[in-house]
Amino acid sequence: MTVRVRGLVKAYGSLRAVDGLDLDAAAGAVTAVLGPNGAGKTSTVEICEGLRTADGGEVAVLGLRPGSRALRHRVGVMPQQPGGYPGARCAEMLRLVASYFADPLDPAALLDRLGLTEVARTSFRRLSGGQRQRLSLAMAVVGRPEVVFLDEPTAGLDVQARAETWQLVRDLRAEGACVLLTTHDMGEATELADHVVVVDHGRVRAAGTVAELTAGAGSVRFRSTPGLDTGRLAVAGARVSEPEPGRYVVTAATVSPALVADVTAWAAAQGAMPDDLQVGRDLEDVFLELTGRDLRA
Amino acid sequence: MSGNAPAPALTILGRQTAMELRLSLRRGESLLLTLVIPLVLLAFFSAVKVDGAGVQFLVPGVLALAVMSTAFTGQAIATGFERSYGVLARLGTTPLTRPVLLTAKTLGVVAVEVVQAALLVGLGYVLGWHPHGNPAPALLLLVLGTAAFSGLGLLMAGTLRAEGTLAAANGVYLVLLLLGGIVFPLTALPHVVRSIAQQLPAAALSHGLRASLGQGSLPGHDVLVLAVWAVAGIALAARSFRWQA
Repeated sequence: MTVRVRGLVKAYGSLRAVDGLDLDAAAGAVTAVLGPNGAGKTSTVEICEGLRTADGGEVAVLGLRPGSRALRHRVGVMPQQPGGYPGARCAEMLRLVASYFADPLDPAALLDRLGLTEVARTSFRRLSGGQRQRLSLAMAVVGRPEVVFLDEPTAGLDVQARAETWQLVRDLRAEGACVLLTTHDMGEATELADHVVVVDHGRVRAAGTVAELTAGAGSVRFRSTPGLDTGRLAVAGARVSEPEPGRYVVTAATVSPALVADVTAWAAAQGAMPDDLQVGRDLEDVFLELTGRDLRA
Repeated sequence: MSGNAPAPALTILGRQTAMELRLSLRRGESLLLTLVIPLVLLAFFSAVKVDGAGVQFLVPGVLALAVMSTAFTGQAIATGFERSYGVLARLGTTPLTRPVLLTAKTLGVVAVEVVQAALLVGLGYVLGWHPHGNPAPALLLLVLGTAAFSGLGLLMAGTLRAEGTLAAANGVYLVLLLLGGIVFPLTALPHVVRSIAQQLPAAALSHGLRASLGQGSLPGHDVLVLAVWAVAGIALAARSFRWQA
């Protein structure tokens, strides 16, 4: 395994942010660590990057201790804070990082690909959050790394930048790199990940491919008028909930044509149109089942 | 994927030093502190003639001030902001090693000091300065002073918030300018203040430079004071420096 984590523990005072976590990430694959805020994702990935030290457990990256000198030129890191010299220009910053490697990618081509050519001469301190993030991604991959750690690579990016980031991650995978990313975006995990590890309270709650995780019990989801009477759906074994106003999820042991008919009839009886009706279970359903529906601090 | 190799350490050092220098030259507020203020103080005080503080007195004083402004104030503020911008932690994951990063920073400081010294000595000659000493002891004192002030600057930058460092570095600069025997002699200070000031690195550097450039001597007390500050500052900075803000 390219990245191997066993029994990882990280405590901040009395809080065990990571509490006996196991993780494997393979070469030529994208592994997504998915979890709510405060689940321990960033602590885990920062330990793998060598930015933090573990309080317990074992971590090996390419068989080496994280952060060791023999590893630095083989690993690319995009931390949650996209760091740069405040006074350095965008292109200058990327060329500097490229100069640490014997055979880096062409910085200008990389800037162009990530839509940063126009701000190439802008100082880091004047770049927008999204521009800093794209530069940070460029800095992570310019050394043609074998292992890439991306901590929430698309948080706060617009749709185009997100799509380009995803394509870049797919290209890294096609070239055989091991990509380990953290996200709380189900869409991103579904879109990109070969292997998803759902983390909560510092532990792994489930792991597998998206297909494996979403197999099993099903659901019917739709949008409609907020405040429908969820008590009135009388179908054996089925339950309606409204996780946010106007969004409904019906869960049942099996999803049959009859269930779908009953659900639409239930909405019709209240004069409501079930919009965007979807049958099946997605990663979000699994995630909410595993991590609960409470809002985290 | 075959994997990459790091560039040779000397190549990295060269590129990193060039970056440090470009960044220094771009910081207008830091150029004011490192170049303009020492030159203006030298020109102004040699014109107004404070008692016992002619150009013979002033040139070693502003040289000490120049070292302090670059190695301590400028370096502390810049490094504090680099830390808060997350760049140090970030570069710590790349093939740039800490010894190479710190060497590049030191070379950047020394390069700025060479420019400062050239300008101040040049202006000093124009104003009628005549050194009588031997440059070797002065060089030793400049190296020790740079080490002492760098250690203290990095200690501050590595432990305080960037805004705290900004305020504290400027505050200490002002105090050491006044208590450093830089533009007026320490004898103008009350006795108690003077005996404290003599144990501080600014006064030790200015006094030592004055002795070595004036009489060619190397005062042991000044060397000792600077060496103690250098060892203590660097050791404390190495122990407490946090790369991540």
